[in-house]
Amino acid sequence: MDPNNLIAVEGLARSFPGPKGTEPVAVFEDLWFGAARGEFVCLIGHSGCGKSTILNILAGIDQPSEGAVIVDGKEATGPSLDRAVVFQSHALMPWMTAIQNIAFAVRSRWPQWPRAKIREHCQTYIDMVHLTGAENKKPAQLSGGMRQRVGIARALAIEPRIMLLDEPFSALDALTRGSLQDEVLDICAKTSQTTFMITHDIDEALLLADRILLMTNGPRARIAEIVVNTLPKGRSRADMHRHGNYYPLRNHLIEFLVSRSETLREMVQDVDPRKPPVVFPRADDAARTPAVVHGATA
Amino acid sequence: MDGSKNLHALTLSVVLLALFLGGWQLAVSGTGTAPQMDPEYAALMGATAKGGSALPAPFDIAKEMWRHISDPFYDKGPNDKGIGIQLAYSLARVLIGYFIAAAVAIPLGFLIGMSPLFYKALDPFIQILKPISPLAWMPLALYTIKDSGVSSVFVIFICSIWPMLLNTAFGVASVRRDWLNVAKTLEVGRLRTAFRVILPAAAPTIMTGMRISIAIAWLVIVAAEMLVGGTGVGYFVWNEWNNLSITNVICAILFIGLVGMVLDQALYQFSKLVTYSE
Repeated sequence: MDPNNLIAVEGLARSFPGPKGTEPVAVFEDLWFGAARGEFVCLIGHSGCGKSTILNILAGIDQPSEGAVIVDGKEATGPSLDRAVVFQSHALMPWMTAIQNIAFAVRSRWPQWPRAKIREHCQTYIDMVHLTGAENKKPAQLSGGMRQRVGIARALAIEPRIMLLDEPFSALDALTRGSLQDEVLDICAKTSQTTFMITHDIDEALLLADRILLMTNGPRARIAEIVVNTLPKGRSRADMHRHGNYYPLRNHLIEFLVSRSETLREMVQDVDPRKPPVVFPRADDAARTPAVVHGATA
Repeated sequence: MDGSKNLHALTLSVVLLALFLGGWQLAVSGTGTAPQMDPEYAALMGATAKGGSALPAPFDIAKEMWRHISDPFYDKGPNDKGIGIQLAYSLARVLIGYFIAAAVAIPLGFLIGMSPLFYKALDPFIQILKPISPLAWMPLALYTIKDSGVSSVFVIFICSIWPMLLNTAFGVASVRRDWLNVAKTLEVGRLRTAFRVILPAAAPTIMTGMRISIAIAWLVIVAAEMLVGGTGVGYFVWNEWNNLSITNVICAILFIGLVGMVLDQALYQFSKLVTYSE
């Protein structure tokens, strides 16, 4: 694999026992992908293709049936403070205040730090996600968006080498989601944080990701294609759609989700799983049919 | 709105109490002719010289209650001790048995809740031991311990252990997967996870078990003390029954109820401290 990758998976598969002792069913198999230092990678696919399972394996809280997770050249077999997770359901401890939730993570990372230093460190990240003033509120007193901000601050506060996001904005209303996406974009740009995110929101992927991995439907899901985001860096929600490449990209992703995720399931069996086709949807490609794009790059 | 509802409820409570006491007073006040018999024999048969019932009127109870409250700690030998001393004996037995049970049940419940193996292995024992009436243990306890006071403590121990054990195991087993995953991804050690994640997460369920246990313990102590005698409020009730002092029996019933309520409220206040809302 690419030696630039900070995190990579090689031949990853995960199967679950079939009903009543039948053959185990592989949710996904033969996955090969990675994320380079400072890169933002998104994974898109329908429900049931094992997206969350992939993230759990990357986080080390689930084990693959086959294959391995490689972090910085070494196989990772369990959870590690190198990899921080932002959970879909925020997963804050309801009996702790916002700052205590973050301090719990910070103390795990640097157990020898004195109280004052931990507090100061937590405050930095609370300010970063714009929660100043809500430090001492418990999750029940916070709105959905604010809870997820605490979740993001908790993940960032341990200064992980890789941040893993599991559909972090899916439970939020559109307005909150938008402002939170802007903040994550801003923070990742500033800190050049290596990030891997699972989503099913196309605009979210286009705004945040440098590369978008498309997964076929499960069971036995595979990576069908890697779409490189051809929108220039410094994207913003406000004017992203004015760029010429926006609609070709968006249409490509929508077509994939609507029909090709199913039809590609058969075709992808002939493709080398280590080198899925890479596509660069651009304005001048708009006339081409998806099949041609696939044929041209495979 | 809420305040006026509380006021309405209070008014209704007072009215119900007045109706109850009025009915009681009416039922025991004599109207018929006095029976033609020796007054002492009449008292024994539950009748009075006035022709009414020997059951004391509410006012007699109030007077007697006041006597108990104004001098709760007198001690005039084994058969005549103040109600305060008797309640203190019972409370001490309940609290000792209860806290020993908690010290065993909560760690054991943790183990059972965290390990499906232990849960399966211990489940048959728990299922058999749990439905046994705690008083059935009394002869065995008396035979082996040879001390009636300690035997009562043992009976309290055995009756209060089950709700705490099962609630702790359930609370620990149903801690949200997400919270455990957070601890895992942060490489939090087992002990720190147990104290900082599992214990606070399961605390409300554990407290529910502790409240059920204290209520059962307070129910059982009266019966246990009636059986073994000597001291305690249960013995007091039985002794006053032998003295045919229905007034004192009713007083003791009221005191038992009051202490039980105080115990439950104390644990309720404590459980509010560990409750969290999601």
